[in-house]
Amino acid sequence: MTMLGDRQRLAYIASQAADARLNVELETEGMTLNIGPQHPATHGTLRIICRLDGEQVVWAEPSAGYMHRGYEKLTEVRTFPQVTSLVNRIDWLGSFANEVPFILAAEKLMDIEAPPRAQHIRTILFELSRIANVSLFLGDLGVQLGAITPVFMAFRDREYVLNLIESATGGRFHPNFDRIGGLKDDLPKGWIEETRSVMRKLRTFCDEIDDLLFGNEIFQSRTRGIGVIPKDVALQYGLSGPNLRASGVDYDLRRDQKIAMAWDKVDFKVWTHSDGDSFARCWVRLQETREATLIVEKLLDTLPAGPVMAKVPRIIKVPEGEAWVSTENPLGEMGYYVVSKGDLGPFRVKIRSASFNNISIVPWLLRGVYVPDVITILASLYFILGDIDR
Amino acid sequence: MSQLSSTDTPIAALPGDALRERAVDQLRAELGDALIDTLVKPGDDVWVRVRADAWHEAGIALRDVVGLDYFCFLSAIDWMPSPFGRGEDDPTQPQAERDMTIRQGYTGGETRFQLFARACSTTLHFGVTIKADVGDDMTMPTWIPCYTGANWHEREAHEMFGINFAGHPDLRNMYLPTGFEGHPMRKDFPLLARMVKPWPGIVDVEPLPGEPADNSDADGGES
Repeated sequence: MTMLGDRQRLAYIASQAADARLNVELETEGMTLNIGPQHPATHGTLRIICRLDGEQVVWAEPSAGYMHRGYEKLTEVRTFPQVTSLVNRIDWLGSFANEVPFILAAEKLMDIEAPPRAQHIRTILFELSRIANVSLFLGDLGVQLGAITPVFMAFRDREYVLNLIESATGGRFHPNFDRIGGLKDDLPKGWIEETRSVMRKLRTFCDEIDDLLFGNEIFQSRTRGIGVIPKDVALQYGLSGPNLRASGVDYDLRRDQKIAMAWDKVDFKVWTHSDGDSFARCWVRLQETREATLIVEKLLDTLPAGPVMAKVPRIIKVPEGEAWVSTENPLGEMGYYVVSKGDLGPFRVKIRSASFNNISIVPWLLRGVYVPDVITILASLYFILGDIDR
Repeated sequence: MSQLSSTDTPIAALPGDALRERAVDQLRAELGDALIDTLVKPGDDVWVRVRADAWHEAGIALRDVVGLDYFCFLSAIDWMPSPFGRGEDDPTQPQAERDMTIRQGYTGGETRFQLFARACSTTLHFGVTIKADVGDDMTMPTWIPCYTGANWHEREAHEMFGINFAGHPDLRNMYLPTGFEGHPMRKDFPLLARMVKPWPGIVDVEPLPGEPADNSDADGGES
């Protein structure tokens, strides 16, 4: 690992040496620290077992599974339209974004495409759920470092976005708005103007967070050079989304694949950072939130007229076949491998969620770091428990 | 903030199916007759099936020859149709007769269980779905030397399908309690919530207004 941060490597070697020395000379063992399953830094019930030597972690192992709900098994006894209400609850902070790849996979198998207006509105709601998701991350980030103010600002401004999602879909957290062939409904009256003003508010929020947190000396010294993930390691573990782009990989599924959504209609920037440390991951997310508000505004400008639902049979039978569709969700690449046997429900659905891969790097990443940095590294990796366990 | 970088790459020209065809040719040259079947769907995706003993070599070839640097996922499929249907049987009635013929999906197959995985290229912007039949010994070589991220995915496949991975350092359960018997994602593992009482969906069967009653079978009523 040539690109590994010097500090982290030296710390790891020192901790190994110290561990060996202690064990040999004093016949002592390292201390085991159990973090979780319930800890403010874990966004749910993730448990991490760390073996310490003094202040340094020599071994760490996340123990997931406290929230396994068996969605892959449950999809096999549901019809295709019913599955959206399940997959909604995978990443519960950006739930609309979870429905989209599954619906697109079903549409691909049925060989239908949603009308342009429906694709546009889908993309707008997708980006709104990204803003709702990541703005909470930006606020929560402060709490992990001991700053209380940003979280109140985040909850205040996220509420505007959730109100928008609620007024369009009827659900704040679980919209269940996507249908095979389009959307349940068109946008309500006055929604577009309201969205424009909320996007301006959210950009102010991003500027505030930028000033308050990212320009803060304590924040920088606690995140810069900490938890460095080199590019090749990130790719090997299948990290995706902002975690991958913060390691300098210019890969964004919104831009890099052909998909029946409206991202190709707008011009936007894919933010990357070359450092790969905790700061870079947080910074990329901040830029993406700001970029998402711009994407929403540009999409509102070009919203086409027309129906929001294609002609689909009342009873949806999906032809036999296999399809893989993944999208760039707030947490990273989220995809569904759908196998249909020409039945009312799927035969097998493999859910590839972003956090599962993102968190599998933790045993490698936490080796040799100091205990207080464990929390900032976990916060900067940003996972949702439902997205790990499914 | 001048030290911070950002890229402004224009939307890349999307590769046609030439890249997928090339990937298939490269794999054929590398694996020879261990590559059993391939399927390129124009504008969609590419599927390949390899022999189980070439699973590890195929992973290396995907990474080093085809240039798929990004590991996406690894999982398994149980191709046996579920003996419980879609869990809508009335538990008080005798079990219904079902067609239990095993039909594999794209690129075929010979066994009940298949391992499948996907890797992508972050520079060429395409991916390959690779499958392999799992033999009766239910053991496959591990992919950790090819893609480190396969570690957790193989643990998941091990507890959910009962597939062993030779060379995997740590096949502990992730989700289930230690000592749990059975493999929940196998089709013959019953979904207990559907076993103890009838699925409420089948109670609601009634014809829609304006439709002849014989047109709405049990399936149509709950969609």
